[in-house]
Amino acid sequence: MEALIFLVALLKAVPWSLALTLSSFLLGALLAIPLCMMRISKHATLRAVAISVTVFMRSIPPIVWLFFIFFSFSEYVVQLSAFVAAMLGLGLITAANLAEIYRGALLAIPHGQREASHVLGLGFWDRAMSVMAPQVFRYSLPACSTYAIGLLKDTAIASTIGVPEVAQVAYQLSQQTFKGLEIYALAGCLYLLISFAMAWLSRSVDANLRARIER
Amino acid sequence: MSEFFGNWSVWLPELLDGYKFSLQICALALLWGVPVGLFLAIGTDSKIKMLRIFSICIVELGRGAPVLILLQFFYFGLPNVHVSLSSAAASVLALGWSTAAYTSEIIRGGLKAVPPGQREAAVTLGLAPATAMRIVIVPQAMRICLPPLLGFALVMLQTTSLCFTIALPEIVSRANEIGSATFQYMSVLMLTGLMYAAVCIPATIVVSQMERRLSRHI
Repeated sequence: MEALIFLVALLKAVPWSLALTLSSFLLGALLAIPLCMMRISKHATLRAVAISVTVFMRSIPPIVWLFFIFFSFSEYVVQLSAFVAAMLGLGLITAANLAEIYRGALLAIPHGQREASHVLGLGFWDRAMSVMAPQVFRYSLPACSTYAIGLLKDTAIASTIGVPEVAQVAYQLSQQTFKGLEIYALAGCLYLLISFAMAWLSRSVDANLRARIER
Repeated sequence: MSEFFGNWSVWLPELLDGYKFSLQICALALLWGVPVGLFLAIGTDSKIKMLRIFSICIVELGRGAPVLILLQFFYFGLPNVHVSLSSAAASVLALGWSTAAYTSEIIRGGLKAVPPGQREAAVTLGLAPATAMRIVIVPQAMRICLPPLLGFALVMLQTTSLCFTIALPEIVSRANEIGSATFQYMSVLMLTGLMYAAVCIPATIVVSQMERRLSRHI
């Protein structure tokens, strides 16, 4: 009976975890586009900037980024809500990682595609949007979804600045009831189930896209 | 400006002390996690069904649950069954479990990358399968997966920052204490971040160069 009450409380927190995963992933996916373009640019300076940003983002633990954004914004700029601070922090880290994934996908596109679109007289914008982008999307989908599953688990870190997601609710429940064993086991299984669902979703989207291409 | 950076020299010894603690926890977690990861890697491909199921469960739980949940499970959960761990012991156990789960996948890739002829040759020469594994396959596999394992060790060093949530006096806990005492969160967190970067950035460069050198020969 008690386990059921815990489960309901944890389930109510799932939308927060999902919303944080989704919003920071979208933010990261957008910011990764300019970062990736800088990374493959012809100008050495732009490339160096992009590499430094990527390495720097990945060399500092997420918890430090979240604290840094949360506390320094409230100290010097404006009080951010914990959710927005977590979204910004995780989104920036995601951008650094996705930029590398996009780059890998761009390199996987055969050279002929680029040459053919030149010969057809497509401009930069047409080439990017109609030739490159759809293929980058398809090639990078498996890696992106693996990253998204990792990101779901990283959102647990947002509990430390007070976002009421699954890990935070688990912490509060365990402090109130001292039944940490069941609560954390339930929370762990919940994360596991959500990641299975995400993996299944990405596999079926991937299979769908493949079927459409091989038609 | 001097107010912003002025205290860095005062805080540095305290933070370095915490950093030493982070490094020790990370080292201990890797020390028991990587060997367990090797056994799990062999176990998930084992012919014995029970062993295979057991290994897969340990790996999936270790990778599927966030490290934060594992940490708090060991620290806040285990006292329910009358096992009280210090925060250091809980950290080493939880991070070691996570290490074992993730490295088992890395090592499994390494084991698969050893050419099958090696195994066949070893068995033909009369080595028992276990001996062939121990003295022929594993040493070659470990050399292949050394760069990704080192990359993972860097991730693990960053992950020790989560032990802050179970009151382990590592670097982020110290930074947080200093922040709440002085209200100079931004300044102290910047120093903390730079200290992580000072170790992780050079190490990342070394690891990626190793990767490049190794891939040239394969």
